[in-house]
Amino acid sequence: MENVLLSVRHLRKVFGEHAIFEDFNLDVHKGEVVVIIGPSGCGKSTLLRCLNGLEPIQGGEILLDGEKVLRDETSITKMRQKIGMVFQSYELFPHKTILDNILLAPMKVQKRPRAEVEAEALELLQKVGLADRRDDYPRQLSGGQKQRVAIVRALCMHPEILLLDEITAALDPEMVREVLEVVLSLAKAGSTMVIVTHEMNFARAIADRILFIENGEVVEESADPKAFFASPTTDRAKDFLKSFDYE
Amino acid sequence: MDFAVMKDYLPRFWDALLLTLKIGWQGVLLALVLGVACAVVVHLKIPVLRRIVGAYIELFRNTPLLVQLFFLYFALPKIGIRISAQACGCLGLGLLGGAYMAETFRSGLENIAPIQTESAQSLGMNPAQVFGYVILPQAVTSSVPGLLANLIFLLKETSVFSTISLMDLMFTAKDLIGMYAKTIECLTLLVIFYLVMLLPVSILGSFLERRLRYAEFGN
Amino acid sequence: MQSLGIDVLFKGTNFLRLLGGLWVAVRISLISVAISIALGIVVGMLMTAKSRVLKVIFRVYLEIVRIMPQMVLLFVVYFGTTRVFGWNLNAETAAIFVFSFWGTAEMGDLVRGALQSIPAIQHESAQALGMNPLQVYGYVILPQTVRRLIPLSINLITRMVKTTSLVMMIGIVEVLKVAQQIIEANRRTAPNAAFGVFAVVFLLYFLICWPISRLAGYLEKRWS
Repeated sequence: MENVLLSVRHLRKVFGEHAIFEDFNLDVHKGEVVVIIGPSGCGKSTLLRCLNGLEPIQGGEILLDGEKVLRDETSITKMRQKIGMVFQSYELFPHKTILDNILLAPMKVQKRPRAEVEAEALELLQKVGLADRRDDYPRQLSGGQKQRVAIVRALCMHPEILLLDEITAALDPEMVREVLEVVLSLAKAGSTMVIVTHEMNFARAIADRILFIENGEVVEESADPKAFFASPTTDRAKDFLKSFDYE
Repeated sequence: MDFAVMKDYLPRFWDALLLTLKIGWQGVLLALVLGVACAVVVHLKIPVLRRIVGAYIELFRNTPLLVQLFFLYFALPKIGIRISAQACGCLGLGLLGGAYMAETFRSGLENIAPIQTESAQSLGMNPAQVFGYVILPQAVTSSVPGLLANLIFLLKETSVFSTISLMDLMFTAKDLIGMYAKTIECLTLLVIFYLVMLLPVSILGSFLERRLRYAEFGN
Repeated sequence: MQSLGIDVLFKGTNFLRLLGGLWVAVRISLISVAISIALGIVVGMLMTAKSRVLKVIFRVYLEIVRIMPQMVLLFVVYFGTTRVFGWNLNAETAAIFVFSFWGTAEMGDLVRGALQSIPAIQHESAQALGMNPLQVYGYVILPQTVRRLIPLSINLITRMVKTTSLVMMIGIVEVLKVAQQIIEANRRTAPNAAFGVFAVVFLLYFLICWPISRLAGYLEKRWS
């Protein structure tokens, strides 16, 4: 297919003796939202970290725009500018204001002029309802607000694809919605995303494609999330989904 | 207590204070520079250099300043290295302080969670940018209380300068006691002058520490 | 090549004398540390008390220790108090008094920090199990602070050993003083002996303090 944006071929990742992935393959198309679910320890987060070069890989390759990503410092740094990542624990920089958090990388890494980035940052902050907090420091914000800022910070780099690693897992329940709504609006606007989450309702609402992963393998894959959640075909997916019910 | 005598002694104590401060701040400055440099070497795990820096830190943290000064001032000239008493004071304080400052900065650097580095990397920063924009500023801020504690410690340590014939507060007190036997007056002045020198630093330290602990970045 | 003094140390009992001098400093340190730890635990527990008077007293005490050089305290006690009160204080007693005064404050503050680092909910959950205050401290709170305190107490030993080098200034014949005497006695035959002798003193201090601080560091890492 020609509109494949990110492609993982024969990925192999081991921690010491323990293999996370033996031969993992994944294609993400432009404008597609891929949601990855699965039990803890199945390698979901590790996959995102491999995609962004935060974990060394022991085999296989990752292609971005059909171009192979080399593992040397320069190409990884370049690749990371095209791949945005949002972490579970937000990881805003505590010594910088909200606005400076957002401006830092576009200005220092991409060398874009301040005025341009600032205008864009403020517009995005406005969209996520945080324009009035631009001069606050991260510690003055709630978890949900910090996570929205982290998303804006990633967006300001104009990434071609966004990786969201359990971005609501550390949030109080009442803050989950405000963050997920931002992600939903991004999906509507056509952003390409790979999302790891435990929010099943959210997964059903946003996914173009669902991957259920266990032990480093895709157990079930579905381009119809509603059908997948209503009646998964594999027993393992059934068991996993059942663990979210109390009936 | 003979206040007239104390008044007579004041100028000598004042000069001694100035000398202590002069050598003190030069030594502290040297300690800061040395400390940052060593902490960066250890943190970035630069080969060979980190071993040397490690040995230096251990050596100077585990010996008394008095012995270090004796070595610099009395021993080195015997192998042809002659350093003036004042330079010895600066150098001794700087070397001792550098070892302490290095440890403070290093633990400041280590206290920053690795995921902060990853978060900066994921924005496309190269290692120098990650270090300069994200890690170092946080490490310096979290080191401030430790640095101030070191500052007080170093200024206190200047009291051993008298042993290499520097006319600091301690030397002046001893000298005057030896000459005129006005022990109580001299010791009172000695205590007062150390209070004048160190109480402001100590108060500033507690103030900054409280601010940093309860309100770091913001408020 | 002229002698740099190492050989001087092997003449007669010179090296033994040097070690004897070192022992004087170490002995003063150990006695002071023992007193400091015992008193420090009491002071630390008192510091967590709610009494405002106690708080002010300990605050002043800590601040004095924090900003007065130990050498000044030595002089005040050894030369000052003997003059004011007219008592006869030998130098070693004065030194032990000053270093214990200093060490108790340090130790007390460490104990206070360790006690306060135990979350209040630990007190409450112990109380909820029906324990009385003594049991709460004995079974729940103190055991949790011990692991934190042991490395810090060991560290206090090295700091004490380093500080006791100052006792030379009030006339106690410890290692530096012995070193000076040896250098002086051999001035004619080995004029450069100061280099070797002071280098050895430097090394001796390092050999005592380094293993102790390594041990403290190791325990701290292991138990944290």
